[in-house]
Amino acid sequence: MISETALSQTMLATIVPAFSQSLPQAADYVRILPEIVLSVFGMIVMVLEPLLDEETGQKILGVIALLGTLAGLGATWLMAQSPGLAFWNMVQVDGFSIFFHVLVIAIAAVVILSSYEYMAVQRIRAGEYYALILFGVVGMALMSSAIELVLIFIALEISSISSYVLAGFRRNDAASAEASLKYFLLGSFATAFFLYGVALMFGATGSTNIARISQALQAGPIPLPAYVAVAFMFVGLGFKVAAAPFHVWTPDVYEGAPAPVVGFMSTAPKAAAFAVLLRVVFVIDVPGIFWIIWVAAALSMTLGNVSAMVQDNVKRLLAYSSIAHAGYLLVAFAAAPAIGTSAAMFYTAAYAATNLGAFAVVTHFANAGERYVTLEDYEGLGRSSPLLAATLTVFLLSLIGIPMTGGFFAKFYVFSAAVKANLIWLTVIGVLNSGIGAYYYLRIIVMMYMRESRKEVPVTPVPFALALALAACMAATLYLGLFPGGVLQYAQDSAQQLVGRARPNLPSSTPTSAIAGTP
Amino acid sequence: MSADTWRPYILTLVTFAPLLGGLLLILFPRRDRDIRIFALVISLLTFVLSLHLPVYFDRAQADFQYQVDRQWVSAPNIHYHMGVDGISLWLVVLTTFLTPLCVLISWKSIHGRVKEFFILLLILETALIGVFVSLDLFLFYFFWEATLIPMALLIGIFGHERKVYAAVKFFMYTMIGSVFMLAAILWLYAHTGSFDFVTIRERIASGAVLKFPAAAQWLFLGFFLAFAVKVPLFPFHTWLPDAHVEAPTAGSVLLAGVLLKMGTYGLLRFNLGLFPEQSRQNAWWVMTLALIGIIYGALVAMVQPNMKKLIAYSSVSHLGFVVLGIFSFTQAGLNGAMFVMLAHGVSTGALFMLAGILHERRHTYEISEFGGLASPVPVYAATYLVIVLASAGLPLLNGFIGEFLVLSGAFQDKAVYGILGATGIIWSAVYLLWMYQRVFYGKVTHAVNNSLSDLSGFEKVAIWPCAAAALVMGVAPILWLAAIDPAVQAALNPLVRVASRMVGP
Repeated sequence: MISETALSQTMLATIVPAFSQSLPQAADYVRILPEIVLSVFGMIVMVLEPLLDEETGQKILGVIALLGTLAGLGATWLMAQSPGLAFWNMVQVDGFSIFFHVLVIAIAAVVILSSYEYMAVQRIRAGEYYALILFGVVGMALMSSAIELVLIFIALEISSISSYVLAGFRRNDAASAEASLKYFLLGSFATAFFLYGVALMFGATGSTNIARISQALQAGPIPLPAYVAVAFMFVGLGFKVAAAPFHVWTPDVYEGAPAPVVGFMSTAPKAAAFAVLLRVVFVIDVPGIFWIIWVAAALSMTLGNVSAMVQDNVKRLLAYSSIAHAGYLLVAFAAAPAIGTSAAMFYTAAYAATNLGAFAVVTHFANAGERYVTLEDYEGLGRSSPLLAATLTVFLLSLIGIPMTGGFFAKFYVFSAAVKANLIWLTVIGVLNSGIGAYYYLRIIVMMYMRESRKEVPVTPVPFALALALAACMAATLYLGLFPGGVLQYAQDSAQQLVGRARPNLPSSTPTSAIAGTP
Repeated sequence: MSADTWRPYILTLVTFAPLLGGLLLILFPRRDRDIRIFALVISLLTFVLSLHLPVYFDRAQADFQYQVDRQWVSAPNIHYHMGVDGISLWLVVLTTFLTPLCVLISWKSIHGRVKEFFILLLILETALIGVFVSLDLFLFYFFWEATLIPMALLIGIFGHERKVYAAVKFFMYTMIGSVFMLAAILWLYAHTGSFDFVTIRERIASGAVLKFPAAAQWLFLGFFLAFAVKVPLFPFHTWLPDAHVEAPTAGSVLLAGVLLKMGTYGLLRFNLGLFPEQSRQNAWWVMTLALIGIIYGALVAMVQPNMKKLIAYSSVSHLGFVVLGIFSFTQAGLNGAMFVMLAHGVSTGALFMLAGILHERRHTYEISEFGGLASPVPVYAATYLVIVLASAGLPLLNGFIGEFLVLSGAFQDKAVYGILGATGIIWSAVYLLWMYQRVFYGKVTHAVNNSLSDLSGFEKVAIWPCAAAALVMGVAPILWLAAIDPAVQAALNPLVRVASRMVGP
């Protein structure tokens, strides 16, 4: 009996998890309940789509998808009640994965809300749009809880493939098709890198389980393929988060893809990829990755901000801005694990709320055929539509990092973590960049308030669903800007769990004083 | 209710009353008259509330008073910590004093988007007061950045021809300057675990901060750059003339009257307070820059054809005096610097209002467009004269006291600083009186000026308080200095200690 357990343990340690040992328990299913619920709703949308007539069908499908996200949030709550491992140590439910589950599902809900009007105005009639969003979220949610490289890869593919299709949804627009194809080709290339990295890592350590890899690497001298593997995985994930030098696809894809999809792409898959990166970087600790991240962070911030300055298309401008923000986020990765993780988590949340809001306004304003997306179109918006302009202003100020908005605390925590880790130069590059970055956001504000409109740009009243989406983003941005304590505390606790579990040998005194500071 | 029950709440009340008013204004219907009256009521109410501070201020005590200290965010350890000492006390009152005057002077001159204008003005007031009363470095940075947006919008929306250029320039200069301060604040937090000004000061002074000696010079520079841009110290001053010329009158008044003082206040409070040793070491070049600013600002002011630009450059010159006084590290110099800040706020604020009045009537600031105005607008001319003399430093008016104290402080430090600085007084008399002569004396050169209307009721109510304040400050400076002196002495103590250590055995 005893030898049998010992045998099973050695088997677990080897390549194949012992599938025959035990069947999944009910708890295992609870721990992926949000994914199950979202998939079911996605399938309902797919099944109902041909049965409903085109005009009314759109609305109903959208409402079903929205309900799906709400049910997904409820399922996340249930999932949160039973933290632990599931499916033979492939999935882990902890504070960290719950945080990202809530984040990506909430993002999907807001995107669905802001898509109603867009789909109607652009005359895109396709129920699978909503299904694709739901399936994409399944992949992203799974990315945040998977602790097994192969499962991470599968989740990454689920999320990527739906994004590829979503990017090309303005079917009869050449730019959109170009965006989709470009995204698909480059994206497949990048995920191939990731997969290659996984394979190399498996060769170097004999496992694809993150915790086990970490143990193997800590046990002895680090084999050379492990370095290469981490670098390759970083290439794959760096592409997904649009970090320089893997960012070249971003402006074209963001420009061509439908506006609400861009809002989605620039937040949810990024958040999920950052979640994976956090696990990979902080749990599989390979020396040298620090410098890769350092360089990528500095490059992303600088290239993103400098290029954004000369853009005249708002979508392109926001694309470059998202590259810059990926850079700020990577600064947190270069900092010490516990401090950096919580700062990065807070940043993803604040950035998601802000950027989604900004894109929701852009979506509404773009109008049929996305005609109004240049900076000049925003001239005089402050007069013709004061409320919409004020809303966009708040989001832009948050992107600059002005106090009272979530963006301020996000930057603040990231740089605070970097200073704490003694990354003075990276911090200086970062703060200087955030100063320079203010310029191009300010350009939009200048256009809206300080110039008179020269051409007739129709501004339609904001429909209810979009107003709801904007209100949600606004509330989240201001909440994170005025009362950041709650979210940050949660992020710190779960970061502590994550890092403490993975690297117990880490001195526990450093994380406690993380951003908190000695009372 | 007695004054004591108010004590912990008064600063919060004074700081946020304008913001509350601004938020209420959002709900107002667009009836311009109501909006103006409401803004005036709110700003006057804030002024009255703020008078509570000097009235119940304990002048014998150098420590911070009316303190409130609550945890705002637990991690990071951010406190809602406010308090005033003799240094910040009067700057708060200066802000609340000037804001209602700004409302009055904008009564007729702002036509379109009245609601937005007054909302921004009130938000700006809250941010400005917040800067002066914050004792938590985070809170301070929070308000510091918060002043940027309303000011940039005031310039950018309500300004003159090149308003957008000026607004963006103003924003970018200040923003980039202040991010270095953010980095320095973060460093201090990382190594002390606190944002609290008093705590950090104590830890640094007791030598408890590791790695501090190596980083101190950089930290000093980080703070210094943010403040130097704001002051503005030569060579960071180029945003100022643009911002002033393009800003609406009320914007200029608050910009010159209060915003620039944020810089000098910051130098005094943070650079001197936190880094006494580095302040000593860097004093020579800071004072050199200040002297260049005094003389250069004055010379450039002299040749300006544009009245508003002239006043703007005179600010560069006057603020040079403030920095000179601060870095002389003498009791007299610091007292003088504080007094110049207040005096400059009152008299330059009034000068901008007067220039704005002329612009409203003639739509130009060109000095050559005027001449002989004394006969068509005698009341205006007389008021202008009082303010010009106050600004030029005539004894019995407010400019004299401060500059005299600064110069005596500079002499105590090094005679050459005093001698060079003293020329600034001559220069200021030259450019101001010459401008006055060209505008008001002689015959009326442009016929259109004959029909100019004199000061209206609103304008009198807006400017005469400044003139009265200039006179009272000149005659009875002790009313202000009684509170300033102990605080300045306390600020000097660590510097004196440093000096004795540097000279010592």
